[in-house]
Amino acid sequence: MITLIPENCNACRQCTYACLYGGIVLEGKTPVRTDSCTGCDACIDICKTGAIVSSGQNIRLGHDIAEYKGVWVIAEQRQGHILPVALELLGKARELADIRETGVTAVLLGDGVDKSGDLLIKHGADRVFIASAPFLGSYRTSPFVRIISGVIKEHRPEIVLFGATAMGRDLAPRLANSLRTGLTADCTQLEMSADDGVLLQTKPAFGGNIMAAITAANHRPQMATVRPGVMQPVCSPSRKGDTVFLDVREEHSDTIVSILKTVKKKQSRATLEKADIIISGGRGLGDSKGFKLLKDLAAVFSGQIGASRAAVDMGLIDHDHQVGQTGRTVRPCLYIACGISGAVQHLAGMQSSDIIVAINKDPKAPIFQVADFGLVGDLNRIIPEIIEQLK
Amino acid sequence: MDFDFTKQQKLARKIARNFAEKELEPFAQERDEKAEFPVEAVKKIAELGFMGITIPKEYGGCGLDTVTYVLIVEELARYCASTAIIVAVHNSVAAYPVYLLGTEAQKKKYLFDLASGKKLGAFALTEANAGSDPASIRTTAELKGENHVLNGVKTFITSGGTSDIVIVMASTDRSKRGRGITAFIVEKGIKGFTVGKKENKIGIRASDTCELIFENCVVPSENILGKPGGGLFAALKALSYGRIGVAAQALGVARCAMEECIKYSRERKQFGKQISDFQAIQWMIADMATEIEAARLLTLKAAGIKDEDRPFSAEDSMAKLYASEVAMRAATKAVQIHGGYGCMKDYKVERCFRDAKVIEIYEGTSEIQRLIIARSLLK
Amino acid sequence: MKGLKIIVAVKQVPGTDEVRTDPKTNSLIRQGVPGILNPEDRNAVEAALCLKEKHGAAVTALTMGPPEAGDVLEEVFAMGVDKGILLTDMAFAGSDTLITAFILSRAIIKSGRFDLILCGRHAIDGETAQVGPQIAGFMDLPQVTYAEEIVLEKGFITVRRDLEDCQEWVKVKLPAVVTVTSRINRPRYPSLYNVQTACDGSLLTTWGAEDLKVPASMLGLDASPTVIKKIFEPDHKKRGEIIPGDEKEMAASLIEKLKGVNVI
Repeated sequence: MITLIPENCNACRQCTYACLYGGIVLEGKTPVRTDSCTGCDACIDICKTGAIVSSGQNIRLGHDIAEYKGVWVIAEQRQGHILPVALELLGKARELADIRETGVTAVLLGDGVDKSGDLLIKHGADRVFIASAPFLGSYRTSPFVRIISGVIKEHRPEIVLFGATAMGRDLAPRLANSLRTGLTADCTQLEMSADDGVLLQTKPAFGGNIMAAITAANHRPQMATVRPGVMQPVCSPSRKGDTVFLDVREEHSDTIVSILKTVKKKQSRATLEKADIIISGGRGLGDSKGFKLLKDLAAVFSGQIGASRAAVDMGLIDHDHQVGQTGRTVRPCLYIACGISGAVQHLAGMQSSDIIVAINKDPKAPIFQVADFGLVGDLNRIIPEIIEQLK
Repeated sequence: MDFDFTKQQKLARKIARNFAEKELEPFAQERDEKAEFPVEAVKKIAELGFMGITIPKEYGGCGLDTVTYVLIVEELARYCASTAIIVAVHNSVAAYPVYLLGTEAQKKKYLFDLASGKKLGAFALTEANAGSDPASIRTTAELKGENHVLNGVKTFITSGGTSDIVIVMASTDRSKRGRGITAFIVEKGIKGFTVGKKENKIGIRASDTCELIFENCVVPSENILGKPGGGLFAALKALSYGRIGVAAQALGVARCAMEECIKYSRERKQFGKQISDFQAIQWMIADMATEIEAARLLTLKAAGIKDEDRPFSAEDSMAKLYASEVAMRAATKAVQIHGGYGCMKDYKVERCFRDAKVIEIYEGTSEIQRLIIARSLLK
Repeated sequence: MKGLKIIVAVKQVPGTDEVRTDPKTNSLIRQGVPGILNPEDRNAVEAALCLKEKHGAAVTALTMGPPEAGDVLEEVFAMGVDKGILLTDMAFAGSDTLITAFILSRAIIKSGRFDLILCGRHAIDGETAQVGPQIAGFMDLPQVTYAEEIVLEKGFITVRRDLEDCQEWVKVKLPAVVTVTSRINRPRYPSLYNVQTACDGSLLTTWGAEDLKVPASMLGLDASPTVIKKIFEPDHKKRGEIIPGDEKEMAASLIEKLKGVNVI
């Protein structure tokens, strides 16, 4: 436990950097111990001027875990439209909250999103916090962290979920810092233990070769980013809930990062994730001739073109078409893998497709392990045959 | 005895492996098929210091030792034996003799460019009627004023077509046979020096092997490397180093064959099980591994002797002889393990097989190495 | 103006994504798997070296791990990095992303003035993409993630970010933390010319918990909020049906089967 002697302080801030928990801050030039101080005394050694000394008392200030209640979802929007992943998360949050007999809260920041509460409520939220202001129109780290961390600190949820999107994965770690709690990235599975409220968070690692089940049993809130497309949204049009508007204003620190411009990408990847039919090619295509065959096949199926990492590395197609751990996660009704051996990182991105067809000359290719229908043979001969017969 | 490599040696090996895997392997098969010199790869590799591995830093090299050189050449050869020999020939029989025997002026003029890879080096000793017996070369260099005039034809010269600087052995006094041979540093592009036909080889096809023709080619006498009449001495020094490089190249080819077999035998199923479950296959792979390890120790020992500047008692020849024959045996077994596929150009072991045969022959055939080894014991 | 100072945080990761678990111990089989420099960290190093070549800069690489993790520093020295700091201590073992970022930020503060901290977007082992932002968090710095281009001018950087559906250009005042994706550049190869200096120890500093003046209670597994309960290999769907016959027959029965399950 520390005692502060403010007159010795030269405001060098070293103690604030040293503290893992935000237990010491400078207010103006005066050091102040906050409620977050765990009494670890780490800052005593750091202070060169003798402004922090030991009080001789030992304390252990733990979080009172029981005080944290409710499952929260940080909802993401683009140009005012709620992303599907927010609704998927609400579906899962509802399930978790029901197990814990508690409520679901959604938090939505944006510009002109005053009316969006209803959609979130229908998908499972009991309460929606909305902060709607022009400066929140595009995501920037600083204001989002400030506002969301404020509302989390005030209401103390047990669980906070984010979409594992570019925004979620930028925002969540900063919040975990600010809340000094644990965070699990890119989860594909969440399980709740009913009695102690510990969330078992399962995420792929090593390119999907390994799954890791992670907990943060002694910290609250328990936070996770969740991979889009994994959880199922549930819509109940009759569901009712409250919308609470947060009073927010822009602060100077918010402008440290300024967005100069944004340029929309071509639609290819978005359509890939929404596609009903994906015709995907890999190393086995060989060259651009094989790739043309793939395109012809996609044309007769009215499907989109996907690719394995090998095909992208060979320069056959742009990275935006890549399916797998380092590309898109897709879930079409029909996925036809042509000349794809089925490395685990590829399987990770497509194995939840409804029907998988594999065409490969190597009968031992792992792709056949996940395929519903396997065709062993030369794709240069099989594909034209399929095209011919479909026509 | 310390069997562990130093940090430097390990880092250099990692650098070579990483480069070869990414930049050489993807194109090795195509270049082999088209017999196409790896122009871009050699340019890149030169920028990274591979052309002056053991040349001291003050002459523009990397200042690394011969053991490191062996590790590097093995890694390159694991992925592309042709690029490995281009690098090995340049380092061992072109840059090295200039460093060893060159005057300060020659080093300034040629060694920096060689060590930095700005210019590619070759070594021209072999002739149609003088391969294993270098003393019988017929290329002559006749003193005329301040110049020597070269006449003759060199054959099977590695990097002959692409090189910029060639160390040429010519007889300045035919009556003295071996002691009348002098080494010259000859620049490409001078009058009377032309490149003849490019050979169409069984293996190591991406390295260009050419005929070099000298017709009244005037070379300044200041370009004599070492002493007049000291050419054979220079050649023997260079070739001794060259043998270590070729041994390292053989290790790379042998390892490639073995590693491909390990991969293939785990994938290939016959009679309902992986062929790696069959003892016949296991034993072949076990033999490959053992022989490769023995060849590597022999090669590293030769490199260690060179680093300590101790005299060889034919260890360099033993390394070349053994490693090249190990490569040939490993490649033969590898093709056998691959069965029909091993005979197809789609599989790397097919290339290993052809490359290994060349390695048994150039830089002194197995027979010449045995001759040297026997002489060292029986003299 | 004083010269630009860039810190690059790098990580040694298992060299293959073919990792397996030991079903008995529930742990990763790391034996025989060589450690490599995390791929996107290599891009971060390249980005730093490009800025160095263009504007002049001192580039320091920072890594935390067992003593062997020093290997990746040697490799980045051979790429042209000027100095390296290896953070190694038994007390660091088991740190999750929060504690790792804490340790790294302590070391960055100790190493003195800096203008820019670069990290790879994520490491191929844990794939969290959290350490970069969390370093920024501990140091209260602005962060820019998913960078695919960095342009420096007069105390600011302009960064092009690669997001799901768009590219975004942002301007940030230095100092800042930037995490880069593999699209930002093609990393150079380490050079043999640098091997001697890279390995002679002259560029390397090693710090432990004591050097950072952080008590062990704030470090490692015990201090980390998250704990890995178990690891396991994902189970894939069962093997489906192999359609027999020649090309014609295969195509015909495939079409019939797809019609049967109403996908076409």
